Amino acid sequence: MSEQLVFTRPEVLADVATHYCPGCQHGVVHRIVAECLEGYGLVEKTIAVSSIGCSVFLYNYILVDTVEAPHGRAPAVATGVKRARTDAFVFTYQGDGDLASIGMAEIMHAANRGERISVIFVNNTVYGMTGGQMAPTTMVGQKTTTCPGGRCLEREGGPIHMSEIIATLGGVAYCARTAVNTIKNIAQTKRAIRRAFETQIKGEGFGFVEVLATCPTNWRMSSVAANERVGKEMIPEFPLGVFKDAAKEE
Amino acid sequence: MSAKRIFIKGNEAIAHGALDAGCRCYFGYPITPQNDIPEMLSSAMPAAGGEFVQAESEVASANMLLGAAACGVRAMTTSSSPGVSLMQEAISYMAGSDLPGVVVNMNRGGPGLGDIGPSQGDYFQSVKGGGHGDYRTLVLAPGSCQECYDLTFEAFDLAFKYRNPVLILGDAIVGQMKEPVARREALPIDPAEGGDWKLTGRGQRAPRILKSLFLEDGALAGQNIRLRDKYAAMAAEVRYEAFETADAELVVVAYGSIGRIVKSTVRALRAEGLKVGLLRPVTLFPFPEAALRDLAGQGKRFLTIEHNLGQMVDDVRLAVRGLADSEFFGFLPGNMPTPEDFDAPVRAAVKGA
Ligand SMILES: Cc1ncc(C[n+]2csc(CCOP(=O)(O)OP(=O)(O)O)c2C)c(N)n1
Ligand code: SF4
Repeated sequence: MSEQLVFTRPEVLADVATHYCPGCQHGVVHRIVAECLEGYGLVEKTIAVSSIGCSVFLYNYILVDTVEAPHGRAPAVATGVKRARTDAFVFTYQGDGDLASIGMAEIMHAANRGERISVIFVNNTVYGMTGGQMAPTTMVGQKTTTCPGGRCLEREGGPIHMSEIIATLGGVAYCARTAVNTIKNIAQTKRAIRRAFETQIKGEGFGFVEVLATCPTNWRMSSVAANERVGKEMIPEFPLGVFKDAAKEE
Repeated sequence: MSAKRIFIKGNEAIAHGALDAGCRCYFGYPITPQNDIPEMLSSAMPAAGGEFVQAESEVASANMLLGAAACGVRAMTTSSSPGVSLMQEAISYMAGSDLPGVVVNMNRGGPGLGDIGPSQGDYFQSVKGGGHGDYRTLVLAPGSCQECYDLTFEAFDLAFKYRNPVLILGDAIVGQMKEPVARREALPIDPAEGGDWKLTGRGQRAPRILKSLFLEDGALAGQNIRLRDKYAAMAAEVRYEAFETADAELVVVAYGSIGRIVKSTVRALRAEGLKVGLLRPVTLFPFPEAALRDLAGQGKRFLTIEHNLGQMVDDVRLAVRGLADSEFFGFLPGNMPTPEDFDAPVRAAVKGA
């Protein structure tokens, strides 16, 4: 019986083992980004901006021209890249600590200016790389190494909902929140990232996709339990959906 | 555009110098006393086919500079002291990633919010670092509107030659005064500039990565050694003005606007027959230490004059160590000095010893 290969690795994805922990979903999101880059034929004209956090090594896995930004500044760096090279396809890849804490000003203003860039925002409600400290997106009651008793609403405030905030800004063409905890949601994430890329290709404005993802290591959970937490706890707090789509509003 | 003389402010000369040198991306945030630069470039840069962005902060404008620099495009940001403090993060990252860009600081008084008047309080920040890590930036200190133009024009070549940030350290005096400035022939944009490192989208070639993270064993050491060699090579760029130093018994060392004002003092005292000269560093890094040491070897004495509590004087003393020392006179920020303000200290130093 002859075998037929029906599922292959996108060429733009390096054929290497990643440094991510078992069950970490950065790898899943990388793959989706890679598939969308290839799907739109963008690989050759892409300039990626990698950020701070576990995903700083994006450039080891997605084989496109890449510049590394300081903590939180990826949207400003991407603004400089896009202004200097208006014909390039430019995306940032940022974690929640990166984007919603130090980088809050940069993301808000790049979105508001309607920079023709795409932002992939991976929200795992914790600082992964530095060892599991509280993030702006950490949920009330969630234990981290800097809120060992659980995040307290009165003391630390509640989790920031970035997609809801970004969707209110004028320059935003597309803003959605998705997850990668089920096959259906993975497919939805791919549709969202495709649409975010499309807004840049068509010059419609700023594209933003927040992806809810796991950090089993810092959640102190098995991969399976971590994946279940996304459905049970995160999605109720961070509802999935499209918060803005310029094309649909016309 | 043909070369011609125009009557402009130092700040405007910086903007013209950048445009004529082929700078096509400008990022900035308003702060006195350098607002003439973004105001002019907000219309001139788009008119030249470039990009102007008023950023949300100096943090953002310096990071936009980093992004544009990574693409091999001539880019600039300008600010003044508190704003330049905010840019130090990106400047360190640019140094660590070998990225060329031009940063202008029209120094005002500090620390903190200080005042908006002229000062040289940012010498240490510019010359010794300011951001984190083992790095250097080329630092150019204009003393006239012509130098504002020329040094900005040349800063882009230097930035690309060394793949390093270049700082221009002016102040409120040189930024706000008006003088005739001879413009050069505008440089054509060179699409090949940046060569084999700039990001263009990889096309058919292997991907390029511009980064300052070096985690593998020995990788950072390798980068630090490369950077050390680069900073050593920058010694070739030393520039200074030596005025009446040949037979001087006392050499006054002063830079930028203060160097310019001290020159008038020196001229007046020369007319009385006092043996005094001026050495005005134009590059603050690399510092003209060989020239100073040479003068020290000839038995000359030194007086360093700055518009601060004493910063460059450390470098003068290092340059002449073992052979001489330097006296110091600091004119305090918050006021603008005249040549007469330096008369007494220079006169006393010439007669001293
Ligand atoms: C200015 C600065 N402050 C702090 C750090 C340390 N740091 C590195 S990664 C990180 C948090 C990253 O968290 P997140 O963005 O959520 O990414 P993750 O690791 O979870 O993927 C921090 C605080 C830094 N690199 N730079
Ligand atoms: S620490 Fe968390 S985010 Fe980082 S690789 Fe491990 S699981 Fe992924």
